[in-house]
Amino acid sequence: MTPRLLTGGEAFAHALRQVRPDVFPVYPITPQTPIIQTFASFVANGEVDTELVNVESEHSAMSAAIGSALAGARTATATSSQGMALMAEVVYIAAAMRAPLVMGVGNRALSGPINIHADHSDSMLVRDSGAIQLFAENAQEVYDLAVLAPRLAEHPEVLLPVFVCQDGFTITHSAEPVELLEDDVVREFVGEYEIPYPLLDVRRPTTQGPFAMPDYYFELRRQQEVAIEGSLDVLTKLGAELSTLTGRDYPAIEAYRLEDAERALVLMGSTAGTAKDAVDGLRDQGHRVGLLRIVCFRPFPSFHVFSALAHVPDVAVLDRAASPGGAAPLFAEVAAAMVGGPVELRSHVFGLGGRDLGVEALEEVLVGRVPQYLGVRS
Amino acid sequence: MPELKAWHALHAGGVVVRDEAVQPETGGWRTGTVPRADLAKCVNCLLCWLHCPDSAVLLDGTTFIGFDERYCKGCEICAELCPTQAIEMVPE
Repeated sequence: MTPRLLTGGEAFAHALRQVRPDVFPVYPITPQTPIIQTFASFVANGEVDTELVNVESEHSAMSAAIGSALAGARTATATSSQGMALMAEVVYIAAAMRAPLVMGVGNRALSGPINIHADHSDSMLVRDSGAIQLFAENAQEVYDLAVLAPRLAEHPEVLLPVFVCQDGFTITHSAEPVELLEDDVVREFVGEYEIPYPLLDVRRPTTQGPFAMPDYYFELRRQQEVAIEGSLDVLTKLGAELSTLTGRDYPAIEAYRLEDAERALVLMGSTAGTAKDAVDGLRDQGHRVGLLRIVCFRPFPSFHVFSALAHVPDVAVLDRAASPGGAAPLFAEVAAAMVGGPVELRSHVFGLGGRDLGVEALEEVLVGRVPQYLGVRS
Repeated sequence: MPELKAWHALHAGGVVVRDEAVQPETGGWRTGTVPRADLAKCVNCLLCWLHCPDSAVLLDGTTFIGFDERYCKGCEICAELCPTQAIEMVPE
């Protein structure tokens, strides 16, 4: 298959073109724009018959997406940063109503100060919403995960929103060679949209999103937790199935040269590409270093992380988001996974608002002693 | 009071399926008066049927035949709307 030169945003749009969602309610925001711009051109050119709804805000985009997904239509949307913040209220409702929609996220710093570049603070804002969040390393993985996402979202034991996250600009706007599957292969992989109780099935009337008092709220929250925890196994199975079509693997975590590592990095997103170069360079010099890349941040694969890191004495967790006054979010997850173990963990915050972190800086983390905040002037 | 269910006994997202749901007879909330129709005055405009918030107006096909007191809450909307004053609210 000949790869095409596509940005991550375009790659997500091509996956959608092949998945052919019935409805795509969306509001534009940088750096998600290449997703909606590219997909809108597919709709305008008649390459896909999706109903593209130009809504008036991200709050409306997610609200319309919930209604559409629960009505019985395969649904996708996309956002970034302030858009995520505006829709956050409804993201929780999407998960609680078990709406199996897919959202492309071009990860971008939250204001303020206002900034348009990559970091993960928007995803972290909805960390506890109950939505599944997968972080791609590059445009190819964006495409692959976007093909996989509808199946994961719509699995009868999952029924949850799935976010395919890509670093703003670094992935959304950077052109890379991307291999696309054939249209009919994707169509066959995703199959027909099916949910247990579509709202428009008038022969089986239902109440959706009922009020829950103290006698039922707790049970419904617990049910959501069980669903997202179980989605990890579903992701593994679907990843294996997609792997037979693409030849690429889709693990919840990627262990890179970790086998005999004495020091390791843990991080998510496009920085993993740079980190692999840093690891390779240091390995060439005889340093036993490695990388653990988290693909699936929600649900957090704690057991996988523990197994991958248990033998590494010194681990630096790099967060592209901060939690002012508390532990940075990825560090907190890894620390919880490793609690009681012998691993020494360090927390570092990097790359906020799109600040670059180069190979040399990552090498310093792996072999030297560096401050908690990487690359900030002090 | 029905027995409270465990999380795994609930439909995903708490969806309530009509045929599994308790169907309370909301007419039990009624206080005071209940509608009575004089069929001789009724012109079968069905405004009462259209506006009844509890679907408590009974039809035979498209013909008005009376009220379902199991669901009528006595709100008096039908009596207010009736263009021929065929509906009167009377004490129970």
